[in-house]
Amino acid sequence: MPSLRGMGYFIDSFTVTACVIPRHRLRGDEPPCSIRKPTGQAAMIRYVLSRLTSLAISLIVASLVIFLVVEVAPGDPASYMLGVNARPDTVAALRIELGLDASKPQRYLSWVSGMVTGDFGTSYTYRSPVADMIGDRLWISLPLALYALALSTLIAFPAGIYAASRRGGAGDTAVMGATQLGIAIPNFWFAMLMVLVFAIKLRWFSAGGFPGWERGFWGGIKALTLPAVALALPQAAILARIMRSSLLDMLGEDFIRTARAKGLSRRQALWRHALRNALIPVLTIIGLQFSFLLAGAIIIEQVFFLPGLGRLVFQSISQRDLIVVESVVMLLVFAVITVNFIVDLAYAAVDPRLRTGR
Amino acid sequence: MRITPIFCALLLGATATVSAATAQTGITVAVQLEPPNLDPTSGAAGAIDTVLYSNVFEGLTRFAADGSVVPGLAESWDISDDGLEYTFHLRDGVTFHDATVMDAEDVKFSLDRARGDDSTNAQKGLFASIASVDVVDPLTVKVTLSEPTGSFLFNMAWGDAVIVAPESIEGNANNPIGTGAFKFANWVQGDRIELIRNPDYWGTPAPLETATFRFIADPTAAFAAVMAEDVDAFFGFPAPENIPQFQADPRFQVIIGNTEGETILAMNNKTAPFDNVKVREAVAHAIDRQAIINGAMFGQGTPIGTHFAPHHPAYVDLTGLSDFDPEKSKALLAEAGLADGFTTTLKLPPPSYARRGGEIIASQLRAVGITAEIENQEWAQWLETTFKGKDFGLTIVSHTEPMDIGIYADPDYYFQYGRPEFVAIMDELNATTDDAARTELLQQAQTMIAEDYVNVYLFELAFPTVAKVGLTGLWENQPTQAVDLTGVSWGK
Repeated sequence: MPSLRGMGYFIDSFTVTACVIPRHRLRGDEPPCSIRKPTGQAAMIRYVLSRLTSLAISLIVASLVIFLVVEVAPGDPASYMLGVNARPDTVAALRIELGLDASKPQRYLSWVSGMVTGDFGTSYTYRSPVADMIGDRLWISLPLALYALALSTLIAFPAGIYAASRRGGAGDTAVMGATQLGIAIPNFWFAMLMVLVFAIKLRWFSAGGFPGWERGFWGGIKALTLPAVALALPQAAILARIMRSSLLDMLGEDFIRTARAKGLSRRQALWRHALRNALIPVLTIIGLQFSFLLAGAIIIEQVFFLPGLGRLVFQSISQRDLIVVESVVMLLVFAVITVNFIVDLAYAAVDPRLRTGR
Repeated sequence: MRITPIFCALLLGATATVSAATAQTGITVAVQLEPPNLDPTSGAAGAIDTVLYSNVFEGLTRFAADGSVVPGLAESWDISDDGLEYTFHLRDGVTFHDATVMDAEDVKFSLDRARGDDSTNAQKGLFASIASVDVVDPLTVKVTLSEPTGSFLFNMAWGDAVIVAPESIEGNANNPIGTGAFKFANWVQGDRIELIRNPDYWGTPAPLETATFRFIADPTAAFAAVMAEDVDAFFGFPAPENIPQFQADPRFQVIIGNTEGETILAMNNKTAPFDNVKVREAVAHAIDRQAIINGAMFGQGTPIGTHFAPHHPAYVDLTGLSDFDPEKSKALLAEAGLADGFTTTLKLPPPSYARRGGEIIASQLRAVGITAEIENQEWAQWLETTFKGKDFGLTIVSHTEPMDIGIYADPDYYFQYGRPEFVAIMDELNATTDDAARTELLQQAQTMIAEDYVNVYLFELAFPTVAKVGLTGLWENQPTQAVDLTGVSWGK
């Protein structure tokens, strides 16, 4: 599957360009409230409103870009479905049946207006409602993303805090070495290694596939475990490093020196004062990671033949099931933008200066 | 995305796991591609037939495992002397899976729907010669042809010609209702399709109670699924490099069967320089088939010298006409005024025979002075630009339809041959029902396209099946794209 990795980047670039990231959020050193704010409640409302406006504009622009990019790619769904022996009149009949004979602006409008009312249309190749198909796949992709995110956070937080509190020591070096390795190892390679060890050799897990939640919760969790670990490890490595450097930045701040001067130990100052402030850049990364895990699990889904969203997009692109591609990508954009919006709100929760406008 | 077999072997060490010896009545099989929908009468995807042909849907006639055409829902038939009237006698007591009766009205409905104006049948050509379909009585159908069609019974065996019911046709895409030995039970899109035994089947009931098809596209994942015994059999195993490992493993049986897939290096016969037969012959002599079979297919595949399946009784071995001879190739290019070679395009669709084979072919062509610029294409793109748009110099594709030499009669087909003498042979073949005469004509046709060097005929695609030891009744060859499980059982 040589085109697989390219696909990952394709989706990834979509999600990245689609989200509007305020620059200050990517830098941990600058306090997020350096933007001048009026007072109290009004500031908070204005902040939320401005985020909401950019959310709406992003969605409209994204829908246009997605539609144009997908429609411009060569390949006709009807010809694809009918193959090499089809007669021209058969292809024409199918195009009419699928509604492909309408003009592009017409199709764009009906697509967008359908989505607003929750009707995503009918898949060309599967002939079933797109909303149902996405719903089915989300039941795998969403738990997988959450599972991987939980694992990554569970690993990264203790590791990052431990490394920061033992700065320069053997523990720090060990954690940093491990994270270096975690970032360097491609997740699909690690996934295949786990399949060889845990599925083929030890037979603890099946090599892939998904039994379905209706056959038991733990069976589903078990089927998602290897994929979630494969997805989580590189993310955990990144997150641990961010956690560590963000904490160390905070430990150098004046308020920590003040806390130490008041008699707190380095560790007490870290837990009581530095940690909360260090969370802002970490939250940003978690938000981005969740979007990536939701949209970027295509390769992992392919390795474990999981019927998730990524695989649906991959299949639909190769089959030119345009309406499915458009709707899924749009949904992912929506998810990314919403996650960013939530992260923005989370800043306000973590950083009291944003709430009070001080 | 691949792990070398050696690496796997190292990691696996000496795995000797014995699976629990329980009486098995179900089977889980894997194939690479998932059907996009489950209606074989609209849509060309071979994956639809793979799952449903014979298992769920049946036609008037059907392909047997050896490729011969045998009675299906029609018990017998009479053919009028002029070859224009086929009277089919249907089996009595056949019901669809929704308990409605299968009778002559259903046959008329199915055939009329497939050949109608708004038909979306991918193989509408199979029905082209039908003039009318008449119900004589509930168990007798008379099909009148506009011209004699020697291959009519063969055409009716295709998956695209199965009998469907007007009551259930609308839902067939997601809930197929046929007459076969298995009933459709469940489809988890992206993952699996489940079939259960049809207790009311008119013929020999299937030995298996349940059959699950799983869809595993990635070659590495396919290897892992078989090794972990997640699946009992993998039909069309996609990683030929791993086959020797399965052959050495006592848990598995490996069957290398034939398909109807003639893999060819197609040339654009209407554009320069391929409009010159000398250039086409030069390309043919520049290609070393065995090197491609060994290098791209790990030794699996039978060399062919014309567009015909080598296991067919009418096949003529014409590989000698285009033997590997680079010197001759260079001489022919010089004769054609292209002593310095030329540059052309080589468009490659996704399958590994094309992508891997393409690299080898490009280097073989380079050795005689021809520069082939490789462009990798997705299927949809290939269909649009190469196949429909005819924007190519060279391309590699496997023609998997059975007995499809007739495509050479169409001057508009992507490689654009359609020589009138060839068309005449095909017309005569269509009008001939006598077997010996048909063989004679088929051999003339094979020889003509080989001598005209229309395309470079590379090899017949192999069909590897890896299955657990103990499974019996598996089809060895692929006379049509089908995984027929109706006769499969766990032998002891």
